[in-house]
Amino acid sequence: MSTATVEVPALPEVHYLNVNYGWRSWLFTTDHKRIAWLYLVSITFFFVVGGVAATLMRLNLIEPQGSLVEPATYNKLFTVHGLIMIFFFLAPAVPTVLGNFAIPIVIGARDVAFPKLNLLSWYLFIAGGGVFLYAVISGGVDTGWTFYTPLSTTYVNTNVLSAAMGIFISGFSSILTGLNFAVTIHKMRAPGMTWFRLPLFIWSMYAASLIFILAMPVIAITMVLIMLERIFHVGIFDPALGGDPILFQHLFWFFGHPEVYILILPSMGVISELVAAFSRRRVFGYSFVAFSSVAIAVISFLVWGHHMFVSGQSIYAGLVFSALSFAVAIPSAVKVFNWTATMYQGSVSYDAPMLYALGFIGLFTIGGLTGLFLASMAADIHLHDTYFVIAHFHYIMVGGAVMGYLGGLHYWWPKMTGRLYPETWARLSALIIFVGFNLTFGPQFILGYLGMPRRYAVYPPEFQALNVLSSAGASILAVGYVIPLIYMIWSLRYGPIAGPNPWGAKGLEWETSSPPPTHNFHETPIVTEEAYAYGARQEAHVA
Amino acid sequence: MPEGPAPALVAEQFDDIIQQRDAASFGMWIFLATEILFFGGLFASYALYRSLYPAAFAAGSHLLKVAYGASYTVMLICSSLTMAMAVRSAQLGRRKPLIGFLVLTLLLGAAFVIIKLRWEWYGDYLEHLVPGVSFAPQGEALEVIRRFGAPLSHVALFMIFYFVMTGIHALHMVVGVGLLTFLIIMAYRGRFVSGDFNTVEMVGLYWHFVDIVWIFLFPLLYLIGGRY
Amino acid sequence: MPDHSLTGHVVPSRVYILTFVALIVLTVLTTGVAYIDLGYFNTVVALVIAVSKATCVVLFFMGLKYHKGLTRIVIIAALLWLSFLIVLTLADMHSRDWAPLPQPWQKAALSEPHR
Ligand code: HEM
Ligand SMILES: [Cu+2]
Repeated sequence: MSTATVEVPALPEVHYLNVNYGWRSWLFTTDHKRIAWLYLVSITFFFVVGGVAATLMRLNLIEPQGSLVEPATYNKLFTVHGLIMIFFFLAPAVPTVLGNFAIPIVIGARDVAFPKLNLLSWYLFIAGGGVFLYAVISGGVDTGWTFYTPLSTTYVNTNVLSAAMGIFISGFSSILTGLNFAVTIHKMRAPGMTWFRLPLFIWSMYAASLIFILAMPVIAITMVLIMLERIFHVGIFDPALGGDPILFQHLFWFFGHPEVYILILPSMGVISELVAAFSRRRVFGYSFVAFSSVAIAVISFLVWGHHMFVSGQSIYAGLVFSALSFAVAIPSAVKVFNWTATMYQGSVSYDAPMLYALGFIGLFTIGGLTGLFLASMAADIHLHDTYFVIAHFHYIMVGGAVMGYLGGLHYWWPKMTGRLYPETWARLSALIIFVGFNLTFGPQFILGYLGMPRRYAVYPPEFQALNVLSSAGASILAVGYVIPLIYMIWSLRYGPIAGPNPWGAKGLEWETSSPPPTHNFHETPIVTEEAYAYGARQEAHVA
Repeated sequence: MPEGPAPALVAEQFDDIIQQRDAASFGMWIFLATEILFFGGLFASYALYRSLYPAAFAAGSHLLKVAYGASYTVMLICSSLTMAMAVRSAQLGRRKPLIGFLVLTLLLGAAFVIIKLRWEWYGDYLEHLVPGVSFAPQGEALEVIRRFGAPLSHVALFMIFYFVMTGIHALHMVVGVGLLTFLIIMAYRGRFVSGDFNTVEMVGLYWHFVDIVWIFLFPLLYLIGGRY
Repeated sequence: MPDHSLTGHVVPSRVYILTFVALIVLTVLTTGVAYIDLGYFNTVVALVIAVSKATCVVLFFMGLKYHKGLTRIVIIAALLWLSFLIVLTLADMHSRDWAPLPQPWQKAALSEPHR
């Protein structure tokens, strides 16, 4: 195993985890590394809740007439699943856990620019999550995560108000996180850490922060409008009173499409780190990868109409949005090509994080390419609101973003805890996740192509075989997610001591102790070389 | 860890007070950018409906009283001046003018909010011009709407944007008044006059931003359609 | 901020007073113009004046004139993004009925011969 080290390292005497104890030292902490842990626990909780909803859905779909729940309950399940996974798990996952933990260390800072604001973000996240959970427990919401009007404002009797309030509050959490990261990356870099020496993870976190800053305020105000319209019924989105329901879709997707890039960009950054570290090579075409993140952040704001091709949107607007959607695929493809080029001629080692990275690259490619099918107006008339769309975005969000998150979590786990996770189990679970994932969502492409619409509790009997396959895959996937949960908790106590640099990787985070001291470095580091300067140091790692 | 010129005032993650001030100011500008997009969603919706229903928006605008809008504008511009002077006093380390200007700003801001709620909005309520609460224009108001040939529900749409936009603006004013109160207390205790004027500057940026929002709201809500 | 001294950049009060006077004059102007019939141009003039006033506030009261490029980029980006939202949304709304396509729910349109 490549992680074996020659001398047995010891944990540092004082580090950020043991400087003080007690619940106060955690709930009032301003240490970015501890805040990362607060988030890790919270989003894992939400992941479980969202996962339970998904499990119930997949169980229900084993039989065509719906074997488990009432259709009305099914509507609530997919709504809660979507909202939790997007707003309370995946959007915060990489930024608030890995970003919070790693950004300051990677750029050589003592903390983020505004540590108290960072803690406030977490409290807002918890407040928003709490309000949302209240909405779920006290009856649920059934509008779909998209809150389309006038359904959400005029017709349904479920808890749209409290759900929207939860999203509104957590939106501010994201805004403050994005603001904090952007300022940190601009102003807190260590001496010598120029923009083009930054690891690519930082570039993509920066791009994601831009999206947080520019997109979240729009969803916040849109939620305000939804709440007002629901309380006062004044016609803001009601065609009977002169309102335009499609305006809501514009506002929602102006945020919505950039939001999906909030989900994927941070993971893309993680993948750049992993590919470089486990191929022992500088990322091929560094500046192209860096700028592609920024390009994605910009173009992703210009494509939102591709969600509205069949909404009644003007076909001329549709044409423009379609063309721009094709353009956004270019920077995404640049990244994929450059990662593969990095591995070519590198000395690749297949540790668990790298397995996740490889999974990401393959699955993201499938997800991205099917996005292009959907971005063609003619094809989308057939595919819109079918399982094809479900499969498309799960390939990107679960196959891509969640894989990236898990890969990054494994990669930085030794730094976060000072201990190694069990490598064999980790490789096994990465494999199980890959297989389970494809079994779950592969068939959904076919189902969608055959015309099975999304968001229904029942379906025609001829679709049963593929649905059963999908549900079976989902149970494998679930096993794949539970294993890391167990061994990671186990490793907190029993994992072998990792030492400062178990991967033999480059980067400032690997130069400080594991776990790092409270202010990350014993003295401010001075950066003298570019990122990923692997050069001829290959023998250090290859076992 | 290198120490800045005023060690007690530099948070531990910063190298010196310059870096700290730079970061805070940059962060504040980014926050204002998010505010632009927050209000922006409203402005975009407003633009859509105004372009769809020009007559109704003109009619609705005529239900508002220009005198209110114009005097708010003047009040806010005055308060921006006093705020700018307050920051300047803090920079120069002059405590008394600092407190004086802050109090003036606070008074102008509070007056804005009070007049808006107590008189303007309450007046609208009495005239049944508040959609969702009580919307049934009568007498002169109804005549104006008829003159423009605008359907009542579209005028209601204007009124709702008027209330939401000015309402959220007023909410920002209330927050600003709260911040000013805090500044005054701290200034009274001797803060902000020895190189640590940063907080005053940040609140100033926020205050001016809220002023700018009003600069747009005034013509967009009160002055539509020509008053000839 | 380019000025790295302890007091930051101190602007002479004359600048603030002049800005103030300009803002008041422009307020009087925009109110006055509303009483003159310019047709569509009423809106244009109102917006031009509002933008000028906002620029005065940003440049002098908020001191953007004395800031380096980065801060300006932040504000320009926010405005640019807002214009994306407004322009593309309005473009959709106002080009919806350019194409004489029959809508499925419009029976009459469907039975008419295509133009
Ligand atoms: C290569 C670039 C991409 C293109 C061209 C693209 C295109 C599309 C299109 C056209 C749709 C609408 C399909 C329909 O509703 O009929 C769609 C839906 C969706 N996409 Fe993508 N996409 C891309 C990347 C992504 C990424 C990176 C993510 C997430 C990380 C993502 C997540 C989603 C989601 C969540 C939906 C469904 C939204 C809903 O209706 O609930 N897409 N995509
Ligand atoms: Cu999209």
